[in-house]
Amino acid sequence: MTHKEWPLYEVFIRSKAGLSHRHAGSIHAADDQMALDAARDTYTRRSEGISLWVVRSSEIVASDPAETSAFFEPAEDKIYRHPTFYEIPDGVENL
Amino acid sequence: MTKDETLLAYVLRLGDNALILGQRMIEVVTTYPELEEELANANLALDYIGQARLFYTYAGKLEGKNRGEDALAFLRDGGEFRNLLLLEQPNGHFGDMMARQVLFESFYLLQLEALEQCDDSQLAEIAVRAAKEIRYHLRHGAQWLVRLGDGTDTSHARVQQSITDYWQYTGEMFVADNVDQAFAEFFAGPDLEAIHQQWQVNVAAILDEATLTMPGDEWMASGGKRGRHSEHLGYLIAEMQFLQRAYPGANW
Repeated sequence: MTHKEWPLYEVFIRSKAGLSHRHAGSIHAADDQMALDAARDTYTRRSEGISLWVVRSSEIVASDPAETSAFFEPAEDKIYRHPTFYEIPDGVENL
Repeated sequence: MTKDETLLAYVLRLGDNALILGQRMIEVVTTYPELEEELANANLALDYIGQARLFYTYAGKLEGKNRGEDALAFLRDGGEFRNLLLLEQPNGHFGDMMARQVLFESFYLLQLEALEQCDDSQLAEIAVRAAKEIRYHLRHGAQWLVRLGDGTDTSHARVQQSITDYWQYTGEMFVADNVDQAFAEFFAGPDLEAIHQQWQVNVAAILDEATLTMPGDEWMASGGKRGRHSEHLGYLIAEMQFLQRAYPGANW
């Protein structure tokens, strides 16, 4: 008998209110509800989160590694996009 | 029965149910074909062991004979256990396990929710904690029952057989014996008749979604609550208690 793998899901966890969901890893599941249960049992056993997202890995649209130079390298020489040219006034503690 | 004896007997039963089902689930740890479900089973089994510890620790305190959780779990013989017959039945296949868990947990959750309101505050606190865990167990098991029942012809036929086979062990849960009656009287404990009615509604809804047929209430097995067990419990206990029996007081 050939073993047919269940679809892959990506798991995102919000660790506490106010923070955004972060990618935690992936799991296999036959359907969405099973994916949510599997994510709960795999990634939140030690109180890692208060909210879970799961999404089919095949639904994620990813950038192509072959296009890295066109996608990301043009930003490398544009240092003026970083907020490093401001002088922080004296006395400002939280910026 | 005195009030103290009643509470002790009732808490021990809860501990025995949790320990025996937990032990059954532990038997299949490492055998799952899928890692995710493997983890789920181990997590859920450990929930039961955790609940057994709470019940036994409390029972040991009530008993006052210096018996802790380990003594109650590992140094009592089969006839002293008061778990339901359903829980000691061999695991069978995955569908059998899901069927057993859904049938029991549909009852256990209602029992715990009733215990949250009982007159013994410590037991009520344990019940609050355990109910949270069992709510998830039931969600997980019910989903599997629907997946298998409403799945292929083979999975439907096999899990229908599981439900039919285990049905004879469900009657025992709802027959109030002297301990149940005394506990209801002294501590405003669960009303098993009301729980039975609600259980039928809840189980019918799950079976309906799973396209499974609810068996009729014919002959029902009983005896677990009195310590009269099937032959399966002896083997389970022999394996579970081996280490403490062979190496008394062993620790790590």
